[in-house]
Amino acid sequence: MALVATRTSISGKAFDSVNYLLLALFALSIAYPFWTLILQSFSSIDAVNSMRLKIWLDAWHLEAWGFVLQDDTIGLAYFNTIFRTVVGTALTLLVTFSAAYALSKRLLPGRALLTFLFVFTLFFQGGLIPTYLVVRRLDLINTRLILLLLPAMSTFYIIICRNFLMTIDESLEESAVIDGAGYWRVLFQIIIPLSKPALATIALFSAVYHWNDFFLPLIYVHDDDKRVLQELIRDLMMDLSLLQTDQFISELTEELRESEQFRELMRIPPKAAQAATVLLTIGPIVFIYPFLQKYFVKGVMLGSLKG
Amino acid sequence: MANIAPQTAPHLSTGELKADYKRILRRETRARAWRMRSFYGLLLMAFALLAVFKYAPIWGVSISFLDFNFYDGILGSAWNDFAHFRRLFQDPFFYRIFRNNVVLSLLHLAITFPAPIVLALLLNEVRHTVYKRTVQSIGYLPHFMSWVVLSGILREVLSPSTGFAGWLFTQLGLDPVNWFTNVETFRALLVGTAIWQSVGWGSIIYLAALSGIDPQLYEAGAIDGTSRWQNALHITLPSLVPVITILFLLRLGNLFEQSFEHVFMMYNPVVYEVGDIMETYIYRGGIQDGNFDYTTAVGLFQNVLGLVLLVVVNQITRRYSDFSVW
Repeated sequence: MALVATRTSISGKAFDSVNYLLLALFALSIAYPFWTLILQSFSSIDAVNSMRLKIWLDAWHLEAWGFVLQDDTIGLAYFNTIFRTVVGTALTLLVTFSAAYALSKRLLPGRALLTFLFVFTLFFQGGLIPTYLVVRRLDLINTRLILLLLPAMSTFYIIICRNFLMTIDESLEESAVIDGAGYWRVLFQIIIPLSKPALATIALFSAVYHWNDFFLPLIYVHDDDKRVLQELIRDLMMDLSLLQTDQFISELTEELRESEQFRELMRIPPKAAQAATVLLTIGPIVFIYPFLQKYFVKGVMLGSLKG
Repeated sequence: MANIAPQTAPHLSTGELKADYKRILRRETRARAWRMRSFYGLLLMAFALLAVFKYAPIWGVSISFLDFNFYDGILGSAWNDFAHFRRLFQDPFFYRIFRNNVVLSLLHLAITFPAPIVLALLLNEVRHTVYKRTVQSIGYLPHFMSWVVLSGILREVLSPSTGFAGWLFTQLGLDPVNWFTNVETFRALLVGTAIWQSVGWGSIIYLAALSGIDPQLYEAGAIDGTSRWQNALHITLPSLVPVITILFLLRLGNLFEQSFEHVFMMYNPVVYEVGDIMETYIYRGGIQDGNFDYTTAVGLFQNVLGLVLLVVVNQITRRYSDFSVW
């Protein structure tokens, strides 16, 4: 009761109001930038460059979306990102689970040493340049394969998965073996179904990583036909800021400036095209995110278990 | 396995018995290893990747002690008597990146680290469930976006000419700031955007800890007539101390590491003075300019420093608490 009383006191009410306001400002600081992104993708050049509070548009232009949706480069980048996400996540799961399952066997001779060899790399690594040189030596620069292989083995995921597997009661496995089940049958009919929560968490985090990562392509993959969405956006941002300068336009030949293609391109505000591309990139995450949020949150708790 | 030694060999001495026992144990282990060989098979994939992409680069660190060139390889290149490390300590750019790493680390530790705790405490005072959930859900969102996307969005919103920040500053009668190209404000930009991106997600773990507080504590407080402020100070905050301690120590362990993606997508040559960090310097010098051996030395310096810090922090915490990273 006293708790209620303090809530209705004047200072309590004042605190509540300020608190609700602060949290609303925080949420707005995130929601508003995303909203301006949507507005921007439908804007005309004048609207993009105007200096005013952007809450709604006077006119909605679809040119940028038309341009972006027809553009082959974006389609290809989409394919590359999806390929990387699906195959990369599958590979990560395969590598992680098989290693974690072996390391979860308490009776496996040499288990402590093997685990140590994995854990050691959490504390000391060769670093960017030596890794780059190894990849270069293996001739894996500019291949899609390197984007799949490098993230496939994560000590962190293996330890999380191993710890989860070790919580599964061993007597369950023993009784199955007594009943005549072989290793493989135990694995597929008992262990894997029981580890679904851990596997789902790792799959989610791995998929988000693959979708968002631009570091690996930045370092290892430079071919245009293997470019992923994140790289494409980065390139767009750099190209467009270049395009917007008057200096760049004045350096173009008269012929090119007067060409039909260039005029057509100039009708689409570069920033609108960029915004549309960004929206296409974050779209899938924003759409599936509300459904999966609780799994992500659970995953944080799983990851915070001490190894 | 249970009845191995004594009764079967009564004529042996203790020493012989021990040796015998060890021998049998070894044989048993070998047999077990053979029986469980398929599990080693399961480890093969992970081990191959571990060897190639983790341990081979550790061996590759040796190029920081060599005059490395590709034709001669690691074993053929000449030992250069720590020339890279001597160069490192005379390099004014090295001083700059080292200072930037330290300054940014301390700023993040002092400001970015406590931010989720504050957010969790504020959220904890909200009784309106839908409101709380909405703020939380929106708050997590930037965590799921790459810095490419986030920097694009932030550049737009913070733009002095067309963005919200520019509009707001003009309305308030102030001069709009160009956050991305201003040496004086660039660090504030890095810290502010880091908080903006991570505070919502970071608060999850504290909220979980808060939900675990025994409600009886608050009931007891209510009987004693404590105020909300007293509750927050004497019940809520102390209950968070164990979680805060653990996360703080983990953060200390990799204090000097900065987010390459974050800085790389925000900085430009104008703000190198305050924004260039070891990670970006290694990228430019190594990947772009091809100074492999020197930048490997820079990386090794950072790695060793991080490792030393981790060991020291762990020793201290081991002495004063029951928590340890290993």
